[in-house]
Amino acid sequence: MATESAVHHDNKVDWSGGEKKPFGASYGKLMMWYFLLSDAFTFSGFLIAYGALRFAMPSWPVADEVFQTVPFFGSGYPLIFVTFMTFVLLFSSFTMVRAVQEGARENKDGVVFWMFLTVLGGLGFLGCQAWEWTELIAHENMSVTRNTFGTHTENGVYLDENGNELKDENGEVVRAIAGKTYLIHRADFEGGHGHGHSHGDDSHGDSHGAAHGDDAHGDHGHGHHYDKAGDYNEAVVDELGFIHRKFKVTEGENAGMIKKEEFGPKSFGALFFFITGFHGTHVLSGVIFLLIIMLNVRSGLYVERKNKYEMVEKIGLYWHFVDLVWVFVFLVFYLI
Amino acid sequence: MANLTHEESVSKAFKVITILAIITAAEVAFALLGKGYLIDGVEFPNWIVGGVMIIMSIVKAYLIIYEFMHMKYEIPGLVKSVMLPVFLLVWAVIAFFSEGNYWKNNRMKSKESAKVKKELQENRLQGSLIETKELNSL
Repeated sequence: MATESAVHHDNKVDWSGGEKKPFGASYGKLMMWYFLLSDAFTFSGFLIAYGALRFAMPSWPVADEVFQTVPFFGSGYPLIFVTFMTFVLLFSSFTMVRAVQEGARENKDGVVFWMFLTVLGGLGFLGCQAWEWTELIAHENMSVTRNTFGTHTENGVYLDENGNELKDENGEVVRAIAGKTYLIHRADFEGGHGHGHSHGDDSHGDSHGAAHGDDAHGDHGHGHHYDKAGDYNEAVVDELGFIHRKFKVTEGENAGMIKKEEFGPKSFGALFFFITGFHGTHVLSGVIFLLIIMLNVRSGLYVERKNKYEMVEKIGLYWHFVDLVWVFVFLVFYLI
Repeated sequence: MANLTHEESVSKAFKVITILAIITAAEVAFALLGKGYLIDGVEFPNWIVGGVMIIMSIVKAYLIIYEFMHMKYEIPGLVKSVMLPVFLLVWAVIAFFSEGNYWKNNRMKSKESAKVKKELQENRLQGSLIETKELNSL
């Protein structure tokens, strides 16, 4: 006992790590870098799953035709809304840089001001994402296990209620075009609003049809109301009310065959919700930490530390990383 | 940040965010142009659109990591310890993407060979030993 305590007294245990810093960075910053590295591995895992599954599918929903709705403007604006989201996140990254710079010259009010703008940017981004998810889930009936966006792999002609070639009001044949993405609408068995508008959102069903290159799609929808599932001349309506339109293949080895629009690759919905959801969770936790640190800055907690607001720098690293991940989510989900 | 005055670093940040915004706008414009939304009849092949997008995204990633996250001003040891694993990760991504492509080709091949086998049986063709061997190797 006596010797032990003597040892203790002679070599005081020093937890500060000493004066020499590995890589010239503080412990906190260094560990933030390695945390971000490990987070990059997690996101890459998701990205690998996405890429491998997408490459393994014969067709994949075309992003410009899936994400083309803008609040207050309706449908038909490919990529515009998600570009807006991207800009919101990008500029919140810039305000974060400004907060760190104000911290470097120990300007408390400046740090609070720019961090507050960053929080607003983060919340704006989350709001946009919530709107986009609502659109997909409530209006386009997408879920983790169901992808209502399919893509034609063969050219064909849609059928009308008599089983003949469908023609629009100008007498032109309405075609199914290989490579074009379609949305499988859902009939409202209970209500009487015509198919495709399970929530009474009229503009949506119409413009989706129009944007897919067949103007008659919307009109076609108004002429019909399906009360129950069944095999109709122009479409197969399944038990859940999904309307699989029929078309006659006009080219290739299956020419002359009658086919129906099928659901798209199942993994699309799961991957979309998991990847953008995981990123959104990062944004949300980033906003919470930004708020906490902003309040701490305001209270003067970091003034005493005299380390040029290093905590702001650390949350800044995290926030830029979230923006960085979005660069690649934006690339693989929306641009390519 | 290291040797820059406050004013210099602020103007630098303005410059970087402007470049990032321009690249993002250019990405979207090029994606829409390449797929024929902006000018009728003008379309680029997928690999050009995809390639340009990937390059632009990498430039954006560089600017965010090196300027916004100040990687440019860290000492080489730190840069290497973070960036080396990232490059290995890029390799993993490329490898798995080509694996996905292989799955697709394999699936199509097995569909094809099942079809040929069925045709042979239906037409009661004399499946010689060589043919059977060829089918098995499909």
